[in-house]
Amino acid sequence: MRVVAAMSGGVDSAVAALRMLEAGHEVVGVHLALSQNSATLRESARGCCTIEDAGDARRVADMLGIPFYVWDMAARFTHDVVEDFIAEYAAGRTPNPCLRCNEKIKFAALLDKALALGFDAVATGHYAQIVESPSGTRELHRAVDMAKDQSYVLGVLDEEQLARSFFPLGDTAKPQIREEARARGFYVAAKPDSHDICFIPDGDTRKWLTDRLGEQAGDIVETDGTKVGEHSGAYAFTVGQRRGLHLGQPAAGGEPRYVVEVQPSTNTVVVAAGELLGVDTITGEHARWCGPAPEGVVSVGAQVRAHGEEVPATAWADGKKVEVRLERRIRGVAPGQSVVLYDGTRVVGSATIASTGTHRPPAVGPVSAQIGSPA
Amino acid sequence: MRDSFVYLDHAATTPMLPEAIEAMTAQMATVGNASSLHTSGRAGRRVVEESRETIAQALGARPSEVLFTSGGTESDNLAIKGLFWARRDADPRRVRLLVSVVEHHAVLDCVDFLEAHEGAKVTWLEVDHLGRVHPETVRAAIEADPDSVALVSVMWANNEVGTVQPVAEIAAVAHAFGIPVHSDAVQAAGQVEVDFAKSGLDLMSVSGHKVGGPQGVGALLVRRDVTLVPLSHGGGQERQLRSGTLDTPAIRGFAVAVQHATANREATSERLIALRDRLIRGAQDAGFGVQVTGDWEPGDGIRRLPGNAHLLVPGCDGDSLLYLLDAAGVECSTGSACQAGVPQPSHVLLAMGMPEQQARGALRLTLGHTSTAADVDAFLAALPAAVERAQRAQVATSTTAKPRN
Repeated sequence: MRVVAAMSGGVDSAVAALRMLEAGHEVVGVHLALSQNSATLRESARGCCTIEDAGDARRVADMLGIPFYVWDMAARFTHDVVEDFIAEYAAGRTPNPCLRCNEKIKFAALLDKALALGFDAVATGHYAQIVESPSGTRELHRAVDMAKDQSYVLGVLDEEQLARSFFPLGDTAKPQIREEARARGFYVAAKPDSHDICFIPDGDTRKWLTDRLGEQAGDIVETDGTKVGEHSGAYAFTVGQRRGLHLGQPAAGGEPRYVVEVQPSTNTVVVAAGELLGVDTITGEHARWCGPAPEGVVSVGAQVRAHGEEVPATAWADGKKVEVRLERRIRGVAPGQSVVLYDGTRVVGSATIASTGTHRPPAVGPVSAQIGSPA
Repeated sequence: MRDSFVYLDHAATTPMLPEAIEAMTAQMATVGNASSLHTSGRAGRRVVEESRETIAQALGARPSEVLFTSGGTESDNLAIKGLFWARRDADPRRVRLLVSVVEHHAVLDCVDFLEAHEGAKVTWLEVDHLGRVHPETVRAAIEADPDSVALVSVMWANNEVGTVQPVAEIAAVAHAFGIPVHSDAVQAAGQVEVDFAKSGLDLMSVSGHKVGGPQGVGALLVRRDVTLVPLSHGGGQERQLRSGTLDTPAIRGFAVAVQHATANREATSERLIALRDRLIRGAQDAGFGVQVTGDWEPGDGIRRLPGNAHLLVPGCDGDSLLYLLDAAGVECSTGSACQAGVPQPSHVLLAMGMPEQQARGALRLTLGHTSTAADVDAFLAALPAAVERAQRAQVATSTTAKPRN
């Protein structure tokens, strides 16, 4: 097959390209230029698509003896990922830009361009597996290395996209990938993993948003409306967030308070003690299925963030909407995040969280705490 | 995998002439720093000075006017910065640079540097839709404030669209005001008649590897009465203007190449003009609405470089065409500079008044001494399939593409 290997300049995509080549495919390396102002990203050692990263990717392609190109997708990326990210935060939601990028850029714009140019598929360094089912369809599964598993951010891919995708690293643990890179003499073998959001090089999402949306002073209130503090922009808060609230006085019971709701229309942040925070029903919209859509009520595992835990649940799909009932409450579920549904290791599909609620009493003992960055 | 290449990117670099390789490798086997006083040093110096004389004669200059550099970019840097500083030192009012908008980045970025760090002011010289600077544009720019002008720089021939500039007329206009003129002749030397003395220029940049010599060597021609401030200081080589041990083997290979290229220029040009016209006509006849940019008239090799074909293919991104043609064994270029590997819409085409979207479909095919009719035909045979696919790819990646669902 003729395959485009998406090469970020990191060790994973380098080994992915190598493995596609060793499997006998005709491989061309492509680095995506996603920043409209690469000169400012050039100084950053973090994130991706810096000039150094493009150079690293090119060097690996040269070592593999494959052609290498940089494709400029900055306009599409800005429109579909960055502007979407800002708009979602401005609307009080917490988006995951990596899912958006996979859905709209890597397995859409990149894949479509590759197909138009005569390629058969795109290979990436994501840790996930594609398994051919007995009926011949391709299923998306978790990687064997659960610490690196990236099936969550790929939960937006449909059957058509999966049919044109390769994830050659999914059957291997990360340390082995680094070893493979070292054995081939790739100097990116020891390059640190990328974290954070690639277009926010210093990792300070709140400041980045403030630079773009401006300071908007507003109130922090409790669920009964009592004002307990002030903020400089409701968009910078995420449901489940505890730090950075700067509340003057502690809650009555002395418990820490968390953000339970962000109201963009009134620029208000609502906080409550941790106990109120757990939810066990999720209404998802914009559902995407990695195979046939489930029919009726199905038992699944639900995961609401990239490296969060999977919770047993039942799900019921109705067109683009999904109702998910979790078997226990979890914290820190914010509208805008994605809920990805699993059947064993198989990814069933995903939906964007529209709203959350509760249907059963809180569990005895502490609820599972999953406060943190959505990425 | 392909087993043969069709090389149509001679403006990027052209294969070394066998005579130049032979002369250069023979020189590499000898020892001698051209600045040393002993026998080996004198032998090296003799080679350098003979090379200087060869190049001077081929380009219509005096030997003492030929200054060896590492290539076109260094020559442009020394010319623009060195002349700016010298002219401003002599009269602090002279801070204005008159530079054409279609220059190579080796000139443009020097100008940007001087503007950002040295208080230079820039008057950009606009071009017409063919990419040509009119002498009257230069006159008007000077007349706005003659005493403030440090220098004029207009390239001899454009590296993207091949338009040859009226440098002698421009030099005459500037000289009437006592203003010195530089020209980047990197693409012109060996392709069209280049005579430094007849042109009236004060400074002229040339490069070794564009005429069949080695990469990493070039020259700046400096008229004897022109004062420059040097950029590299050290051993005082090259009239104290360009310190550093001379690259004797490269200089020898460069001289042999210049000599050959100029001696065979008329015959080569005639052949390249015919190939170029065949290529342009063939591309136009392919049925995709391919346009040729710049100043093209079949049979002409004076107003446009004989080996330059620059095409616009509607509905395509140049980089897609580049990939598809490369995969089909045809090597060419979009003609414009990359930023981190991303092709930028050409500043030359934009200056010629072309909309950005159209400028993205640019394809530059440049012919040279090894080009044959079979190369042209191989390109024309590969073009239709490449255009069809590139057009589909552009639809797939356009920002206005329909969402998938």
